[in-house]
Amino acid sequence: MTRLGLYIHWPYCQAKCPYCDFNSHVVRSIDMDAWADAYLSEIKQLSEITEGRVLSSVFFGGGTPSLMSRDLVARVMDAIRSAWPIANDWEVTLEANPTSVEADRFAAYRMAGVNRISMGAQALNDTDLRRLGRLHTVAEARDAFAVARDAFDRVSFDLIYARQDQSLAAWEDELGQALEMSIDHLSLYQLTIEPGTAFGDRFAKGGLAGLPDEDLAADMYELTQRMCNAAGMPAYEVSNHARPGAESQHNLIYWTGADYIGIGPGAHGRLTLGGKRYATVSESAPVQWLSMVSKSDLSPTSWDVLSADDQISEALMMGLRLNSGVALERLAQLGADLDDRIAPLVEAGFLKVDDQALQTTSEGRIMLNAVLRELIAG
Amino acid sequence: MAQLTHIRNFSIVAHIDHGKSTLADRLIQMTGTVAARDMKAQLLDSMDIERERGITIKANSVRIEYPAKDGETYILNLIDTPGHVDFAYEVSRSMQAVEGSLLVVDASQGVEAQTLANVYQALDADHEIVPVLNKVDLPAADCDRVAEQIEDVIGIDATDAIQISAKTGVGIPDVLEAIVQRLPCPEGERDAPLKAMLVDSWYDPYLGVVVMIRVMDGVIKKGDEIRMMQTDAKYRIDKLAVLRPKMEDIAELGPGEIGILTASIKQVRDTKVGDTITHDKKRTAEALPGFAPSVPVVFCGLFPVDNAEFEDLRDAIEKLALNDASFSFEMETSAALGFGFRCGFLGLLHLEVIRDRIEREYQIELITTAPSVVYHVHMKDGTMAELHNPADMPDMTLIDHLEEPRIKATIMVPDEYLGDVLKLCQERRGIQIDLTYAGSRAMTVYDLPLNEVVFDFYDRLKSVTKGYASFDYQMEGYREDHLVKMQVLVNEEPVDALSIMVHRDRAEQRGRAMCEKLKELIPRHMFKIPIQAAIGGRVIARETLSAMRKDVTAKCYGGDATRKKKLLEKQKAGKKKMRQFGKVDIPQEAFISALKMDG
Ligand SMILES: Nc1nc2c(ncn2[C@@H]2O[C@H](COP(=O)(O)OP(=O)(O)OP(=O)(O)O)[C@@H](O)[C@H]2O)c(=O)[nH]1
Ligand SMILES: C[S@@+](CC[C@H](N)C(=O)[O-])C[C@H]1O[C@@H](n2cnc3c(N)ncnc32)[C@H](O)[C@@H]1O
Ligand code: SF4
Ligand SMILES: [Mg+2]
Repeated sequence: MTRLGLYIHWPYCQAKCPYCDFNSHVVRSIDMDAWADAYLSEIKQLSEITEGRVLSSVFFGGGTPSLMSRDLVARVMDAIRSAWPIANDWEVTLEANPTSVEADRFAAYRMAGVNRISMGAQALNDTDLRRLGRLHTVAEARDAFAVARDAFDRVSFDLIYARQDQSLAAWEDELGQALEMSIDHLSLYQLTIEPGTAFGDRFAKGGLAGLPDEDLAADMYELTQRMCNAAGMPAYEVSNHARPGAESQHNLIYWTGADYIGIGPGAHGRLTLGGKRYATVSESAPVQWLSMVSKSDLSPTSWDVLSADDQISEALMMGLRLNSGVALERLAQLGADLDDRIAPLVEAGFLKVDDQALQTTSEGRIMLNAVLRELIAG
Repeated sequence: MAQLTHIRNFSIVAHIDHGKSTLADRLIQMTGTVAARDMKAQLLDSMDIERERGITIKANSVRIEYPAKDGETYILNLIDTPGHVDFAYEVSRSMQAVEGSLLVVDASQGVEAQTLANVYQALDADHEIVPVLNKVDLPAADCDRVAEQIEDVIGIDATDAIQISAKTGVGIPDVLEAIVQRLPCPEGERDAPLKAMLVDSWYDPYLGVVVMIRVMDGVIKKGDEIRMMQTDAKYRIDKLAVLRPKMEDIAELGPGEIGILTASIKQVRDTKVGDTITHDKKRTAEALPGFAPSVPVVFCGLFPVDNAEFEDLRDAIEKLALNDASFSFEMETSAALGFGFRCGFLGLLHLEVIRDRIEREYQIELITTAPSVVYHVHMKDGTMAELHNPADMPDMTLIDHLEEPRIKATIMVPDEYLGDVLKLCQERRGIQIDLTYAGSRAMTVYDLPLNEVVFDFYDRLKSVTKGYASFDYQMEGYREDHLVKMQVLVNEEPVDALSIMVHRDRAEQRGRAMCEKLKELIPRHMFKIPIQAAIGGRVIARETLSAMRKDVTAKCYGGDATRKKKLLEKQKAGKKKMRQFGKVDIPQEAFISALKMDG
């Protein structure tokens, strides 16, 4: 059986960042007990469906899960431990925003069983943090990071680059600082203008000047690869870097096409049951989700069977993001017949194949969408 | 039944934007033809594309009733006409149906190129002309100067020109009185056999084919059996109506009257504008002379993006042609583009309008190939062939010489821009024929190759003169010149749809401009793409579109797999809007945009 992860979505934030299209909302007050009850009820449900499976990872994602009360995280963790057999080396990650209030809770999270923090630092200069609509300063982020390092062995942080008016030299400098600060894992995302966000609206109206063009964005990406390689933190995925062995186990579940349960508003899951692979998605409005969970006759989650074609395209979309690529065995199991599409891409230097896996070259990874358009039929 | 003495039929003609449609609004409004709450600006411009661009494309007629100062009520049939030179055929056709014209001149602008062109047409049609000076509300209006100009440049009496503001309504009552007092009433015999002119026709989704007629002699009634004399088609009238501007049923139409009829007409080809309609049983002895056919001067291929839509495209084109006698079409096949039509137009705006209407009104996405004029290819064996499509150019070794169409262009421009205009005409291989002044305005006449004018001359003229120049042209026959076929190769493959004919001396410049434009228009691919212009086997210009450098989604986690799939599908659909030439996707708009020159 494949590995199994659990994703728990927490949908609240202190403020909505203008670039963010995650299912995150700002509310005046949160009833932590109601959320605990709801999560617990879902955990019970899903553990019955996946009975007998060993859980190898948990991820509290958001939103801002570091706004969850100590008690809420503890109750959820206890419930998880009693619902599934737990792998010895399991990874329990919680996404945190780097403010002092949240850092105060880190020790308690550690006690509850969280063993990894992923922190949204986003930028290492205050002007850009303000432009990104962030509530914290660089100094606060560094303090919060120090607190996290004390409490946890594994701490990663996120940066968003290719920002407005950011030069290649400025990014080089900032990334240098980030690499000095980092322990063994870094997520480095190029700013994406998502439709439906505040940035998306401004962009559509012709605003948001100073975003890098394709060439500068490519230069920035290539610089990032060079610097991280030199620092011993090569990319193992398009935007994720780690010292060998320190990769995020949870995210690897997504990219390798293993199973994961999704609990919480808007959470997605992929589960193999009785020979079929299911895609699950839950009601995304938080209040609606809560009320659906509380009613015994209503499920907040819908289930769809994925066809072989869907599975092949997911395998490619997710797997080719990884350095390690997609296992040929998996493609073969799904009955993928891609040789004619793969050959020209190998010829052009975007893909490579060995006896284990189909992989993107570094040239192919930076153009993955174009590679996928060629590779996926339809 | 209307008495001849109580009918006035007239067209409103002017240069672009001088206020024809706005004047029509005021006439409709002041006679209470349309209720105040239903009134809107440029009411007769009913097509979306007319409203968006703020121009009239189709001539429109409306019947209004006017109680004159003499105590009698008159029926006025007005036809609002387009001003742009590409739609001149609409104007000349409309003029055949009426006896007089209101010549509108913007008093802040003065006489412009289409003012002249339209006046000459009205005089040719034996019209009585009433000059109207519009926009007197504008501070720049100078009625005395413009009246003088009308007398000097056009040579008609402007002492009784009516000063109005179609915007504020000043002077409109005087226009209504002048229509009754100064324009002639129509003539005709009520008892003679029916003789009616087929003025226009269009396709209505509810009514089918609608025909607009002007009765010359006789009376036409609902239920009558009619015969179209040229096409020899026979029909029974289902509906007879007048346009106010909504259709209003009417029992009969007598001499001098204008109205519409429907007759379950299935064959679009049966309605030919200019044809004579008569009674099947009691026919008129003599048909009307008909309209001089319009000659399309610009040709291009229209292909459906989705090949499966070819039949829908045929249907759309047939219906549009019904409404637009100046547009011609025939089937065409292309190796790269599949089945489509080679279509002829009166100019590039006309082409754009038709293309837009097909896309909007019939929801068919189109690929438009490079527009071309018609060349005369003289072969060594003494025969001559018309070349509508550069792709069909015969082997050079069989050709003796080529001739291209020339035009006589009249350009009017304030003298401070004259230098720029002359330079532009010179660049376009023009030969000056005349240069005169009327006050501070210069009027120059040039002999120009149509080929150099068709794509972007008008845009360029507007931009070098900040919009102050006006332009009109007539065809002037064919002349031999050193013309060559220029091919464009994208990624080493010739793209026929981008082939153009060009003068030898201009080839390099045009080739360079096209390659640069295409470099901007074609999206980056995964490989670098050479774009070349070549004559015969010789490359005369070259650009390289660099390869795409980055296209990857930054974050993709558990919840994103589903979304990512949709995005990919969207991207693939976007790709379908382009056409593949070898391995390269070329966006559909590239075929025309590539030809427009910036300098
Ligand atoms: N100030 C002022 N503006 C006017 C007057 N009459 C028309 N206009 C404006 O001039 C512009 C052109 O008016 P139209 O009535 O569309 O002109 P047209 O002659 O029908 O134009 P085409 O059909 O494109 O040839 C519009 O913006 C009108 O509002 C007027 O008396 N005074
Ligand atoms: C769920 S969010 C982070 C959670 C946490 N609330 C935070 O903001 O720190 C995961 C990460 O995605 C990245 N991200 C979010 N929106 C992005 C965008 N539009 N472009 C690039 N990266 C983005 C940010 O680095 C963010 O830390
Ligand atoms: S980026 Fe993080 S903090 Fe900002 S709105 Fe999104 S989830 Fe919330
Ligand atoms: Mg108009």
